[in-house]
Amino acid sequence: MNLCRLTIHEAHTLLTKGDITSVELTSAVFDRIGEVDDRVGAFITLVRDRAMSAAAAADGVIRQGKGGALTGIPLAIKDVLCTEGIRTTCGSRILENFVPPYSSTVVNKLMKAHAVIVGKTNMDEFAMGSSTEHSAFMVTRNPWDLTRIPGGSSGGSAAAVAADECIAAIGTDTGGSIRQPASHCGVVGLKPTYGGVSRFGLVAFASSLDQVGPITKDITDCAILMNEICGYDPNDSTSVPRQVPDYTRALQADLNGLVVGIPTEYFAGGLDEDVAQGVNAAIKVIQGLGANCKSVSLPHTEYAVAAYYLIAPAEASSNLARYDGVRYGFRDKGAKKLIQMYRETRSRGFGSEVQRRIIIGTYALSAGYYDAHYGKASQVRTLIMQDFNDAFQTCDVLVAPVAPTPPFELGDKLDDPLAMYLSDTFTLPASLAGIAGISVPCGFSKDGLPIGLQVLSKHFEEEKLIRVAYNFEQATDFHTKRPKL
Amino acid sequence: MKITREEVVHVAELARLDLDEDAIELYTRQLGEILTYIDSLNRVDTKDVPPTSHAIFINNAFREDKVKSSITVERALANAPRSEDGSFVVPKVIG
Repeated sequence: MNLCRLTIHEAHTLLTKGDITSVELTSAVFDRIGEVDDRVGAFITLVRDRAMSAAAAADGVIRQGKGGALTGIPLAIKDVLCTEGIRTTCGSRILENFVPPYSSTVVNKLMKAHAVIVGKTNMDEFAMGSSTEHSAFMVTRNPWDLTRIPGGSSGGSAAAVAADECIAAIGTDTGGSIRQPASHCGVVGLKPTYGGVSRFGLVAFASSLDQVGPITKDITDCAILMNEICGYDPNDSTSVPRQVPDYTRALQADLNGLVVGIPTEYFAGGLDEDVAQGVNAAIKVIQGLGANCKSVSLPHTEYAVAAYYLIAPAEASSNLARYDGVRYGFRDKGAKKLIQMYRETRSRGFGSEVQRRIIIGTYALSAGYYDAHYGKASQVRTLIMQDFNDAFQTCDVLVAPVAPTPPFELGDKLDDPLAMYLSDTFTLPASLAGIAGISVPCGFSKDGLPIGLQVLSKHFEEEKLIRVAYNFEQATDFHTKRPKL
Repeated sequence: MKITREEVVHVAELARLDLDEDAIELYTRQLGEILTYIDSLNRVDTKDVPPTSHAIFINNAFREDKVKSSITVERALANAPRSEDGSFVVPKVIG
């Protein structure tokens, strides 16, 4: 048995029984990374020594009978979450040597649960991108086809899970950055409701949209990680005080009586044939499991890309003003005057996509354009939210494709930012509405590329997503497939 | 909607970004395409629609006004490109 292939729950059982140790499991993961990561390129930073000590400590906890669901489990963390003492780059030159003085709340929770952090995963710079090609450091390749993108921006985390370079991973989703790479890499990815998981210590991209969530090999692992990372945090004033349910209780076999909406706008022109086929077949399976499927309309769907690509860059242009070379990160040391130092630091430190978005955002917020751009987009955001509210009046969940096509080839859309933005068309509406969404593997294209099914619920109804996805997963075998590397 | 070369230069100035000639030309073209696409928003009737800046309803988040521990000056300065005597050092501001 190759230990790196295990899921969290499988590994937990073996660890608890004493059949394996976390040191063995963690070694197996690092062996796998050594074997494949020069081809996949999932990790920016690896912390082997630290991980092996954490694994040994976790083994001690397990021996004392005090192990929990994550004790001794090797996890990968997207390099946008601060990790005390481990450099956190956000895929950017401007943070290339940044070592955070504190950890994000999510990382603290995972460490408190005695999970083992193996490293920090590659991503589009500041999470701006849909292919991970905008990383300043390296290309991440799709483990299913090394000539294709893994999706983005959490491409490193999704590829690491798909290639068994970790047991599970943490990603972040601003406009689809968990769901789309999970779909493209054939793994499970869940974007929780905005406010469900603390953003403290998450490097900000677009603060009204950013959310942290799990990327896993199956739905059970997704529920386990959700139990650990969700919850109110006084350090994040946008986190919502609420009782966090036990998400593993949603892992029950039954969809009887559940009403599943199929938004017609997500199946209109432009949807790839293989994706349509995979998603439609999945809907039949869900129907066969007892759910009542019906068509619904989300009439403002077509405006989500335009609204998002004003709102997110506007927030980003403000958030990224902090990178000025004064307190941390890269500084251009040649400049003699302060203002020149700002300009040269930012121009050399940020890559082209980040500069493009800062310019769009600054433009959208600038005097004379604010109402026509940012203001208008914020009103359309209200209408998109209303569409979902209306649909959830009669539906428990909505099902749709995650991405309009299977993963495209590396370099395909790199010179055409608008084409890249349009590939987010099915994930952006839920982000703007702040609702929860999951991607679950639902098939393969003719070329053997993974396809994901997106399930959406209203705010804080992740249990319904987990229930639908779990039933679908148990009725199919897509989650058991692994890429040949 | 087209964005002019001058507007790109102006906005880059506001954002403290130095663009070379090639970048100005590229961004003017690409932003023009993106803004033309974004113009589709004008087809939506938003009369009397309130804007949304935050998808979840939360009231002001207050906390007790109590002093809590924070990171030390040394740790706060650990990532500084240049520091001296417990302060960040920057190039000349005036003159």
